[in-house]
Amino acid sequence: MDAAAEQKYNLGVVRWFTVMAVVYLVVGTLVGTYVASELAWPFLNFDNPYISFGRLRPLHTNAVIFAFGGCALMATSFYSVQRTCGVRLWSDKLAWFVFWAWNLIIVSAVITLPLGITSSKEYGELEWPIDILIAVVWLSYTFNFVMTLAIRKSSHIYVSNWFFLGMMVMITYLHVVNSMAIPVSLFKSYSLFSGVQDAMIQWWWGHNAVGFYLTAGFLGIMYYFVPKQAGRPVYSYRLSVIHFWALMFGYVWLGAHHLQYTALPDWTGSLGAAVSIAMIIPSWGGAVNGMMTLSGAWDRLRTDYVLRFLIMSLAFYAMSTFEGPIMSIKTVNALSHYTDWTIGHVHSGALGWVAMVAIGAIYHLITRTFHTELWSIKLVNAHFWTATIGTVVYIVAMWVSGIMQGLMWRAYDDYGTLAYTFAESVEAMHPYYAMRAVGGMIFVSGALLMLFNVLMTVRKAATEGSIQQAATSAATA
Amino acid sequence: MANTNQSSGFQEKMEKNIWLLLIMTAIVLSVGGLVEIVPLFTMKSTMEYNKAPELLWQRQAGQSLQDYKPGDGVRPYTALELAGRDIYQREGCYLCHSQMVRPFRDEKERYGHYSLASESMYDHPFQWGSKRTGPDIARLGGKYSDDWHRKHLRAPRSVVPESVMPNYPWLQDNSVAEKDMATRFKVMQMMGVPYTDEDIASANSELAGKTEEDAVVAYLQVLGTMAPLDENKVYRE
Repeated sequence: MDAAAEQKYNLGVVRWFTVMAVVYLVVGTLVGTYVASELAWPFLNFDNPYISFGRLRPLHTNAVIFAFGGCALMATSFYSVQRTCGVRLWSDKLAWFVFWAWNLIIVSAVITLPLGITSSKEYGELEWPIDILIAVVWLSYTFNFVMTLAIRKSSHIYVSNWFFLGMMVMITYLHVVNSMAIPVSLFKSYSLFSGVQDAMIQWWWGHNAVGFYLTAGFLGIMYYFVPKQAGRPVYSYRLSVIHFWALMFGYVWLGAHHLQYTALPDWTGSLGAAVSIAMIIPSWGGAVNGMMTLSGAWDRLRTDYVLRFLIMSLAFYAMSTFEGPIMSIKTVNALSHYTDWTIGHVHSGALGWVAMVAIGAIYHLITRTFHTELWSIKLVNAHFWTATIGTVVYIVAMWVSGIMQGLMWRAYDDYGTLAYTFAESVEAMHPYYAMRAVGGMIFVSGALLMLFNVLMTVRKAATEGSIQQAATSAATA
Repeated sequence: MANTNQSSGFQEKMEKNIWLLLIMTAIVLSVGGLVEIVPLFTMKSTMEYNKAPELLWQRQAGQSLQDYKPGDGVRPYTALELAGRDIYQREGCYLCHSQMVRPFRDEKERYGHYSLASESMYDHPFQWGSKRTGPDIARLGGKYSDDWHRKHLRAPRSVVPESVMPNYPWLQDNSVAEKDMATRFKVMQMMGVPYTDEDIASANSELAGKTEEDAVVAYLQVLGTMAPLDENKVYRE
């Protein structure tokens, strides 16, 4: 029990964000599994507009990225910025505003996307009134974070905060520019940009939502929670400096690799590919820095299930940041683009890296902010294995289907004509789409175990009155 | 190098001053986007019509969108086509169908001539897509009859048994007549799409008695048919 922390810091808002992150993990992956099943068994669309694939898929991506990812980022950043600065959040009121308004945004996404209210820009589908609210909330979040750093008691700004800061600045740029549109009504707008420029701006946004929101932000999580959970200092300070600045400078360029061989000028796509290949160095710098933090404490992996999540996430991070540069090479991209390989790649990052590192951090946060032990450690272990197996089944299915699609589309027979119709390639995907849905179901079952475990822990904390005690007892530290 | 775990110089200053760190991060983050995006608005080589003006419809004064003949060049969408395009976006079609043919032999044989930037210059927003769960449809226009499209939209597996596309039976029931296309044209005009004031004035009347299905079919049938493409001409270096 940590009475000093409870009284000094704002842990209330962290608790709420943490629990909501778990709820949204279940919701987002459940919707994802459903849309995956729709591709395997199309009758699941039930001729119902509100649950048809094209409307639900944006709900899945928004739910996992902004609802789950957002709550996880806000919980961890608000917690770690207080701990590393030794001060309470600059404004409690602003933090609670961010919590309620962010959840309001999520609710409005859940309502508008199935209604078909969309700007059709991938990962930025929400229409202009919600976009404005997102900008306001995001800036409030950033402002509170920066002001907390400004009033810090520690002399240096700890490395996790650099990454959170980079994410906040870049997402502000991206969201503002990519969402520029002229409204035609309350629920409909047209992008200010068109054609090739709109495509480049969309993928500058699209890849950097991955690069900053889902990578820089989650590296911030890694830099605080891996050393904390392992009880060891970060492996190399110098490596973290180099990899931070290389990531900040380099990631921004990668979006163009989504548009190779399209009507985007060749120079832009090639530039994007060249920088993409170079990015393997800073990416692995981060992965190595995280994993080597464990050097001398590897035995902890046998007993510490939370640490397992964190280290497994770094393994997936290293793998997908190796795969990404490979896929951006033009000759590979010619095969992989437009196929399920891309979907597999995204999920090895999203399930393997983003979700796992967040899950590890969330388990850590639950014990630290509810001032009690987890209800069941065995369930954490079960969750670890379902999450890992589910992820592997998913990405293997997509690797096979993606490469098979790419090869079938370009295959020629002995007479020099195309060997397969498109429909034949769709038919060949069926077993892999079914396998992907099963992988998703396994991952979701783990998420459900987590939700149950977290809710039971919260209930346990309530019966024990641990938060009450921490808030009122005399601080010892 | 004496002590590798000590910061020094400028890095040290940034780690102690949040405002300096914030400004430096903001500067470093802006470079890539500026270099890759801004030239696309200024470099003439981005748009093929600068070299091949015949790609665009050279509209004479007094001509309406109805005076357009297929192959006259890239033009703004008619009210019905634009309404169809809006529905295409609403249903999330772009998530499974790309509209961007790449310059490969197999794509040429499967889909047709590779796509040009000039062909989507009036597309706010672009619909190039990123995934082909279904085939590319950049050159779909004119390949199938209107009847085929209606059957396919209502029940895709009735014409393509292997398809995993959802059925869209509600499109034939919903009217588009009350859609305010004039405002949409006006917004497009504001952004530089060459709609005339006459186009705007007649936009809403074009939708009288039409269903959403009519609109989507009109949109699908115009895809990739506007630009007069010459097989022997190199549009992109």
